[in-house]
Amino acid sequence: MEVFFQQLINGVSLGSLYALIAIGYTMVYGVIRLINFAHGDVMMVSTYLAFFALTGFSLLGSFIPQMSWYFSFPITIFLTGALGYLIERLAYRPLRGAPRISALMTAIGVSFLLENLVLVIFGGRPKGFPTPDAFAGVFYIKGVALPSLSIWIFGITLTFLGATFYLVYRTKSGIGMRAISRDFETPQLMGIDVNRIISLTFIVGSALAAAGGIMWAMRYPQINPFMGIMPGIKAFTAAVLGGIGNVVGAAIGGLILGIIEISFVAIFPDSAGYRDAIAFFILIFILLSRPSGIMGERLPE
Amino acid sequence: MEREKIINTAATVLSLLALTGLLKWASSYESPYIVQILNTTAIYIILSTSYNLVNGVTGQFSLGPNAFMAIGAYTSALLTMTPDEKEITFIIQPIISPLDKIAIPFLPSLLIGGAIAALFAFFIGFPVFRVRGDYLAIVTLGFGEIVRVFATNAISITNGSLGLKGLKQYTNIWWSWGWAVFTVFCLVGIVESSYGRAMKAIREDETAAQAMGINVFRYKLLAFTISAFFQGIGGGLLAHLLTTIDPKLFTFFFTFNLLIMIVAGGLGSMTGSIIGAVIFAWGSELLRWVEEPHQIAGIFIPGIPGMRMVIFSLILILIMIFFRKGITGRWEFSWDWVFGRFGWKRKIKIEKAHD
Repeated sequence: MEVFFQQLINGVSLGSLYALIAIGYTMVYGVIRLINFAHGDVMMVSTYLAFFALTGFSLLGSFIPQMSWYFSFPITIFLTGALGYLIERLAYRPLRGAPRISALMTAIGVSFLLENLVLVIFGGRPKGFPTPDAFAGVFYIKGVALPSLSIWIFGITLTFLGATFYLVYRTKSGIGMRAISRDFETPQLMGIDVNRIISLTFIVGSALAAAGGIMWAMRYPQINPFMGIMPGIKAFTAAVLGGIGNVVGAAIGGLILGIIEISFVAIFPDSAGYRDAIAFFILIFILLSRPSGIMGERLPE
Repeated sequence: MEREKIINTAATVLSLLALTGLLKWASSYESPYIVQILNTTAIYIILSTSYNLVNGVTGQFSLGPNAFMAIGAYTSALLTMTPDEKEITFIIQPIISPLDKIAIPFLPSLLIGGAIAALFAFFIGFPVFRVRGDYLAIVTLGFGEIVRVFATNAISITNGSLGLKGLKQYTNIWWSWGWAVFTVFCLVGIVESSYGRAMKAIREDETAAQAMGINVFRYKLLAFTISAFFQGIGGGLLAHLLTTIDPKLFTFFFTFNLLIMIVAGGLGSMTGSIIGAVIFAWGSELLRWVEEPHQIAGIFIPGIPGMRMVIFSLILILIMIFFRKGITGRWEFSWDWVFGRFGWKRKIKIEKAHD
């Protein structure tokens, strides 16, 4: 029983991270039908931003001192949102009218650019992420270890999810987003500023990826330029599992994927090396059995 | 009409002979560096033209070549290694039963490697194309990672992260260029046939193609499987050129390079893919310059490792935004064009009107 709860806690905290990242995928796909390959790398960049904000760095000769986490993390989230905006503005918007495959190729280009830019600037050696003390403690409840980080992850995920649901389902911009995901042309005739909505989608998606990335870096405290690939693929799987284009589905899909992955490692500890393969098989399985996902509506093929 | 066909065939045969002569002359120099780049060029041609069949001709975005290359490379390497070599190589765990006794010649091992890659492509393509083609990119990207995971963890088959070492260097300039010529002829044959026209129709408008009675699912899957076969062959050739393979060799980096080749050459054009492959094979050698330290106008610039990749990704993004047609666009090389250039006008073929 204790083992079960222990694994459940681990699964939920990993799943929350997938959920945060998956929402960015699902929102962007819903609005412009683009698999944003750079999403995982945006997450990776956010961990580097958080790293430098926490440890301090020198910029153009002047040293910027280290900041405590309650300054660093909001700044990171803000900057990552700006990065999402820049990527959309510079790389994707010029291709709005182009064939979809061109946009996908650009997305791969952006993903590779981010990885290698970080590699060139900061080097390929993994950096240890300095987890702030506020996140480092462990509680024990009847023999079940409850890391305070897991509580933070769960709490922060819920907060961000709530804010995102509010944005998507209760605000004018959210109506715009949902309208565009139904039909790209008609909302323009209705006076919706499509470019503004798409920019907003990218900003929100990237900000959520930053929140996920920071907590990912604290959970697995080593950051390197290629760390975003695997979480990216898995978060996409989570988005498909929940029904792509559906924000609630992405959250549920993320949680399910996290729990499945952790249970696999718990049940077959010898095969832990294959844990990265599970998401892939789940993806193939959903495509075969229920392509629209758990929450998805049936889309025309 | 008949006469022109004979002249075209003669021109093809002559240019192949010229290529043979050129390769013989180049390999007689015995500069290992040049021979190596020539081999790489041929393998790139195999990979880029077959990649183009999926991405350019059929318009489906696959990111799988590195995975299929890895499958082809491991398969053919395991088949050509002699039992003794395997016993020396597999030091952590002995190799599993039937594989430890098998040793077959190079050509069948390549073909089996290609066939197994194609088999995997079939099993991935089946669920993906049945639903929505635009998942292909992420599924193949994921598959690449999975192949790496298996290559690292299935120690009794792949020797884990140590990889396979001491393969015999079977691949020489004749094997690689022979396969390159064969691949190009096969693929051009497919593209010019009714199969190719169906694939192009899917690229242009899937719904319209379906309405015309084209089995969209079948043609997508066919293109993807054929392409994986040649990528498996390319992987096998590469393995026996480098003589060492390990899980880190077949990263996504390879696929990215291929993408640049076909996009820069002209997406959808086999001629463009070949030009892209040749330029890339030689150009990336030149670009090593940016990773070495230099002294420019008295200023010392240290070498920047990884800078090539930054440049490549910028090139890809800029091509997609400003220069989407690439070098050739969808233009294809043909002898009619060559003779037309020399002012020898030919009758316009009736068949052409169908394209």
